[in-house]
Amino acid sequence: MQFKHATIERSAPLLAVLTLITVAIGGLVEIVPLFTIESTIERVQGVRPYSPLELAGRNIYVREGCYVCHSQQIRPMRDEVERYGHYSLAAESMYDRPFQWGSKRTGPDLARVGGKYSNEWHVAHMIDPRSVVPESVMPAYPFLARRPLGAGDIAAHLVANRRLGVPYSDEMIASAAADLAAQADPEADTSDLLKRYPGAVIGDFDGDPKRLTEMDALIAYMQVLGTMVKFQGVTPADLKQ
Amino acid sequence: MQKASPASPMGYGMDAEQPYIEDVVRAFVAATVFWAVVAFLAGVYIALQLAFPALNLGLEWTTFGRLRPVHTSAAIFAFGGNALIGTSFYVVQRTCRAALWGGPVPAWFVFWGYQLFIVLAALGYVMGYTQSKEYAEPEWYVDLWLTLVWVVYFMIFIGTLIKREEPHIYVANWFYLAFIITVAMLHIVNNLSLPVSIFGAKSYSAFAGVQDALTQWWYGHNAVGFFLTAGFLAIMYYFIPKAAGRPIYSYRLSIIHFWSLIFLYIWAGPHHLHYTALPDWAQTLGMAFSVMLWMPSWGGMINGIMTLSGAWDKLRTDPGLRFSVTAVGFYGMATFEGPVMSIRQVNALSHYTDWTVGHVHSGALGWNAFVTFGALYYLVPVLWKRAGLYSTRLVAWHFWLGTLGIVLYITAMWVSGIMQGLMWRAYDEYGFLQYSFVETVAAMRPFYMIRALGGILFLGGALLMVYNLWRTAQGHVAGQPAARAATVQPAE
Repeated sequence: MQFKHATIERSAPLLAVLTLITVAIGGLVEIVPLFTIESTIERVQGVRPYSPLELAGRNIYVREGCYVCHSQQIRPMRDEVERYGHYSLAAESMYDRPFQWGSKRTGPDLARVGGKYSNEWHVAHMIDPRSVVPESVMPAYPFLARRPLGAGDIAAHLVANRRLGVPYSDEMIASAAADLAAQADPEADTSDLLKRYPGAVIGDFDGDPKRLTEMDALIAYMQVLGTMVKFQGVTPADLKQ
Repeated sequence: MQKASPASPMGYGMDAEQPYIEDVVRAFVAATVFWAVVAFLAGVYIALQLAFPALNLGLEWTTFGRLRPVHTSAAIFAFGGNALIGTSFYVVQRTCRAALWGGPVPAWFVFWGYQLFIVLAALGYVMGYTQSKEYAEPEWYVDLWLTLVWVVYFMIFIGTLIKREEPHIYVANWFYLAFIITVAMLHIVNNLSLPVSIFGAKSYSAFAGVQDALTQWWYGHNAVGFFLTAGFLAIMYYFIPKAAGRPIYSYRLSIIHFWSLIFLYIWAGPHHLHYTALPDWAQTLGMAFSVMLWMPSWGGMINGIMTLSGAWDKLRTDPGLRFSVTAVGFYGMATFEGPVMSIRQVNALSHYTDWTVGHVHSGALGWNAFVTFGALYYLVPVLWKRAGLYSTRLVAWHFWLGTLGIVLYITAMWVSGIMQGLMWRAYDEYGFLQYSFVETVAAMRPFYMIRALGGILFLGGALLMVYNLWRTAQGHVAGQPAARAATVQPAE
């Protein structure tokens, strides 16, 4: 039997089905193995789910579309590693929903910005970027310092993440609201919080200990970025993909 | 304007018993023009924000971070989407000699449903409801609505193909069909997410980290491949033969072009993730398929341009056709640059810089917008039953303003992108990084101004088009004095 393309051209359902098969192949071959091949995500110590305050801050980062100008993905090149730190591991964004690797660096990469600047610097920079970096073209975000953090439903956010596979425990969910407040309160007892979320940065972030603002949450998130994996204890074999 | 063309066996005109549904096509044309102006205006504004950050105004609704998705969605989904759906409704009826399946009601549902999608999406960005996945920013409730509209659109399109009077399905319709099916697949998979509450806008992506990254760029690159390429190639395959009065250069090439393009494109996504934490094997696959993609892309370009053989003189007399053909030229340029940039070592320099932005705009302005302008200049006199356009001189002005705008835009971005990439990796004689990051930001400024100027020229050309099409629709055809003054405003 001789094949003729006219057969396909004469049948709309056949054309539609063959088109769907043709366009499905590439995605299946490339994406499915990322879920099945174990070495896709390195097994390193230290990566944990975000604390409630960090998660709330991350949601502000997502809301403001920071990714359109800031990447969170350091490539393994000499200049990037010197400028930003160790190249990014897949494990470091394994709880990021959505990922925020970005595609453009109008501003610098933020994958390891945690701990590089003080909270005070971040506050000043967010309120008026050009007060600390005169050449900056970043928008000013003064409203973050004014607006109280609306996170009454933070436990529901943890539950949604757990349903998708992020390992939040019952205890973490039950104490979500308390942990959220404690992380930004220098007076609070944070020993349980630190047991649940090792390495979380504690303190009053926005310079106003009486209020819990969106600025507190965003800076708490920025201060943890790229700090979860301690690279001193990591050997190249650990990072082999 | 030629009504029946020897280009294809489909130019028989209207069936008296079954008139084509053209009201809704006219509405889509008007919406295309309206959203074009919105998209270009938003683009010019955010370009100026990068040169003059005070224009962010210190308000949460007007920051670059929130307005940039307004610009990209307005350009791709509002301007491009309305052009695609509108022309597909026009083309499928004429090439099938059949009115739209289901009659006017579902077609009008698609029109208003799609406009609602755009408005919901844009309002969401400005208010801060976004998934922050590039080109897939709308939150779950907007995604669900679009899915419903898209299913109806698919049913109308394939229903019309099935009830066609023509024995063969014309090649433009293959591309429209692939666009509709693939965009549905991409949209549904990439937007899988779990809302925190059904009464709230916030959702979390079903995928995380590296898997989310590849799913997103599988989507993102094929938004380019199927929304901005396959769909617009359908426009090329109908409107260039119609305007030139010539058949498609090669039927065989159309077949090879179609199947190889849709098969190869879908693999190319990982080239957006070179040197990231995505496994190397996936990056290499993405690069290899991106380079292969050069061939079907240029096959399509050759098929489009060579359709003019024997009719090149029409470029002198039909400035609308000039837009279409220049668009195919820009398509060839952008699809050559793309594979080059997808090579890992080139990407090491170009990634994260303005070079990518320039590349996207040589495609979006040079190819998508220009081929749409060509189709609009053809369609408005036909749909409003006018003898011709109000002014071909204005079309020529639009053409040159637009072309100059694109040239300024992409050359500025080439220079700033390559310069920025080189500055990031520059070392001084002591082996230290030569430039701080902010020095590279300061170095971009003159190029951001040139880019904004290019955008203003492009916008100016588009405003001439709005005026010209408005006057045409009003019946002020070429050479005749205007019966009454018309105001410049988008026909919406």
